[in-house]
Amino acid sequence: MPAFIIRRLAQSVFVMLVVAMVAFLMFNYVGDPVHQMVGIETSMQEREALREALGLNDPPLVQFARFVGHAVQGKFGLSYQYKRPVAELFEERLPATLELSLVAALFSLVIGIPMGVYTGLHRSGFLSRIFMTFSLIGISLPTFLIGILLIFVFAVILGWLPSYGRGEVVAIGGWTTGLLTISGLKALIMPAITLGMFQLTLIMRLIRSEMLEVLRTDYIKFARARGLTDRAINFGHALKNTLVPVITITGLQIGSIIAFAIITETVFQWPGMGLLFLQAIHNVDIPIMSAYLILVAFFFVVINLIVDILYYVVDPRLRVDMGKAGGHG
Amino acid sequence: MSEPLLNVAHLRIEFNTRRGTLVAVDDISFDVMPGEVFGVVGESGAGKSLTGQAIIGLLEPPGRIAAGEIRLDGRRIDNLPYGQMRRLRGRQIGMIFQDPLTSLNPLYTVGRQLVETIQTHTSMNHEEARRRAVALLEDVGIPAADKRIDHYPHQFSGGMRQRVVIALALCANPRLVIADEPTTALDVSIQAQIILLLKQLCEQYDTAVILITHDMGVIAEISDRVAVMYAGRIVEIGGVREVVKNARHPYARGLMGAIPSLHRRVEKLNQIDGSMPRLTEIPSGCAFHPRCPQAFERCRRERPDLVRVGESQVACWLYGRTS
Repeated sequence: MPAFIIRRLAQSVFVMLVVAMVAFLMFNYVGDPVHQMVGIETSMQEREALREALGLNDPPLVQFARFVGHAVQGKFGLSYQYKRPVAELFEERLPATLELSLVAALFSLVIGIPMGVYTGLHRSGFLSRIFMTFSLIGISLPTFLIGILLIFVFAVILGWLPSYGRGEVVAIGGWTTGLLTISGLKALIMPAITLGMFQLTLIMRLIRSEMLEVLRTDYIKFARARGLTDRAINFGHALKNTLVPVITITGLQIGSIIAFAIITETVFQWPGMGLLFLQAIHNVDIPIMSAYLILVAFFFVVINLIVDILYYVVDPRLRVDMGKAGGHG
Repeated sequence: MSEPLLNVAHLRIEFNTRRGTLVAVDDISFDVMPGEVFGVVGESGAGKSLTGQAIIGLLEPPGRIAAGEIRLDGRRIDNLPYGQMRRLRGRQIGMIFQDPLTSLNPLYTVGRQLVETIQTHTSMNHEEARRRAVALLEDVGIPAADKRIDHYPHQFSGGMRQRVVIALALCANPRLVIADEPTTALDVSIQAQIILLLKQLCEQYDTAVILITHDMGVIAEISDRVAVMYAGRIVEIGGVREVVKNARHPYARGLMGAIPSLHRRVEKLNQIDGSMPRLTEIPSGCAFHPRCPQAFERCRRERPDLVRVGESQVACWLYGRTS
């Protein structure tokens, strides 16, 4: 197991280097950084001096090494728009996005798994059909439309929930959270549902089809023939065997939720990373864009690492050093 | 002789399909005595496995019991409510499936699966159940059982897994075990061991066995009595010696003739020409008549019922008294 983790870590580092390369190229070749920083009246000499001072005349490899070195320390330079360090901006925005994403993911799992199990067990039941129809809506309606519909119903007509923003937040250390205030929680409901809806239906349908598959296997028939209770069979034996693909998809989806919170954040004016990123694109704010790229890649890599480790926890057949060590489950 | 442990009377299993009702098992009756090994033999699709599934109450829809009764110890079990039938499974009737590689849940240690099953049917605490599980694994001949109990199914070979499956089927000490092709998926060299183990354990635990197989050799080896099935019906039923040595139904004789023997010098193995009819096109009269070398006019028109011939019962017009 440790050997496996080390191998995985090495691969992750490699992926991150490749992504850093792309971010670096973007930095250097999409427009001229010097051009972005100075005014029209700056002389050629001054520009050249700035270029030298910024190290832009060094060989590309040296520049790249420096870029990576800084990135590791969390230094992504100054935002062109805000004239503030990107790291600082991210620190302000990241809690909002992570909170939204995690609540959305939690929402999709907590609702999606039971619905999937239910529809898998009662294939042709009345409730199953309602769930399946509902899931079709969730899969086919675009996120922004769901968001706008929710705003229309719950904010405009009923006036129960705020239509934009994050509500009151409480700062704990460097982290701001909206989970501790009523208005923060109320503001979180609609964005989280909007963001989690697609994943919810995806997870539900995935669990359903996996359950149908697993329930046909011999070991489930044998479990029935041994007189085990339905509860033990459905949840202990069947559901656990559906988990490997579910973990894979959930892992990938959490990455996507974070990365694609952009749309939801725009619809609800959620002060998170996505909104910051969209503004950065508008204003060709390269430091923010490249830092965002690296950050999202980092999330994906970390989540994938966790997913791989979870496989090992769930499925004993994947544990490499089983031969002599025997059962350590 | 004592009361039968299991009594199957006029069992009929049907499948409702879009093209109408198919009869997969048609009016079969037999008894299984306590502690006896009862063989059920026939080609694929003869309805052997369905009969087994019906007895343990695990027929899969759209298959259903359309008529007949199944009694265990005189108590009717084919119409029990789901919860009561569940408590019967494993506790009174155990089942062993064909493929040991897929019969065990890959995610749990064999010990966990044993302990779970034992605790479902008894009031043992975890420690006691585990001790019983180790003892069972020793009984089925797994070396170093106290260590192996914490291993996962994929760490066992096919033969060893089938031993674990047997231990699982026997762990609540059922009175009847239905073994559905228990050796078909195994290496020939291991088949004999598993069959002997099954026989020996069932004697030790005083458990009756319904051994479903297409392998006449296996039946001849350990059965007490045997039923030969063809196209959903029992064509011959009797003591194993009588049926093996003195098969009367032409189909049963064909099956016996297909057993290779070291004692008889034969140029080539006998085979029964043709194949079993599909459920949608079961012939009129005796279902075997298109393949039967001795068929005559009556076989095509009327269906024979079981009649006593010597010590067996045979469904064939060759032996009909009223012909």
